[in-house]
Amino acid sequence: MAFFDYFKRAPKSASLAKDRLSIIVARERAGTRSGPDYLPALQQELLAVIARYETIDLANVTVNLDKSGGCEVLELNIVLPDSPPPPPPRLSQTVSV
Amino acid sequence: MSKVVVITSGKGGVGKTTTSANIATGIAQQGKKTVAIDFDVGLRNLDLVMGCERRVVYDFVNVIRNEAKLQQALIRDKRVENLYILPASQTRDKDALDPEGVGRVIEELKQMGFEYIICDSPAGIEKGAQMAMYFADEAIVVTNPEVSSVRDSDRVLGLLAAKTSRAELGGPAIRTHLLLTRYSPLMVKRGEMLSVGDVLELLGIPLLGVIPESKAVLQSSNKGAPAILDETTDVAQAYLDVVFRYLGQERQHRFIEEEKRSFLGRLFG
Repeated sequence: MAFFDYFKRAPKSASLAKDRLSIIVARERAGTRSGPDYLPALQQELLAVIARYETIDLANVTVNLDKSGGCEVLELNIVLPDSPPPPPPRLSQTVSV
Repeated sequence: MSKVVVITSGKGGVGKTTTSANIATGIAQQGKKTVAIDFDVGLRNLDLVMGCERRVVYDFVNVIRNEAKLQQALIRDKRVENLYILPASQTRDKDALDPEGVGRVIEELKQMGFEYIICDSPAGIEKGAQMAMYFADEAIVVTNPEVSSVRDSDRVLGLLAAKTSRAELGGPAIRTHLLLTRYSPLMVKRGEMLSVGDVLELLGIPLLGVIPESKAVLQSSNKGAPAILDETTDVAQAYLDVVFRYLGQERQHRFIEEEKRSFLGRLFG
């Protein structure tokens, strides 16, 4: 109901802006400065290795390089697809034979 | 000892020229010999904002090409002593500025005893912007609390660290300062605008000041008189703080919190 929707707190746009910016700024910094030159290639190769074992959607993969204190953290976040669909029933095979 | 200061941002329309005009005026008012150089070749506007557009005879590019002497191109401000403007050219030649020519003019300004050389950068990260920052000792990065502006400022910080004379010659890094403009404490309070803390966290450079969103900016450019000249406005106060802070005085940050207004004030405001 529209009346009750009014009381539901939508996320404030400023915090969305901040979240989006922290990701894009970190990524661009990693690509252009402070980060090692091999980072983009490393990302690609890591993704290729994972893709060999698991069907992944590139949209569900995020790679971040964060700096906290004196150390850098390479964060790889992959959303694996739901469990594969059950194998098709054998019935169709017996029919075709 | 002269200081070359670039006013830069990446994104257009965030207040580089307004800031250049106000900071140059404010520093000159403190008795320091100051020049503001317009690097926006083809789209000069500093002259208009500072109200000397009808006195432009020769420009920056004329001086670089030895078609005029620096003294002929410099415009002395009629309101503030010690303040000069070097206007940009309206030529469409993209390569009008080159490092040798710009370097020679800046060196000559230093010889003339200018203490502060304020370089008003064009938007973008192309040649004009790179020329404006190339010889800088310090940079004031003008940013709006808005996603595209913050992202572009971060890009510009990368360029300042890599594509300047200091970076190439291995000198000390350019000192960078953040100036947050068009700030609305009310929108920040409602969660509709990035806060000064958010922007500082994202960009990671020290805060020089916050300029509130204000009608006074448009009104001052309408008149061709930098806002800082009319001390009654909030923008003038904010820029005065910035100037004093920049010159080394302690000033508390203002215009970050929403001003408390009385009930009647709100009714009739």
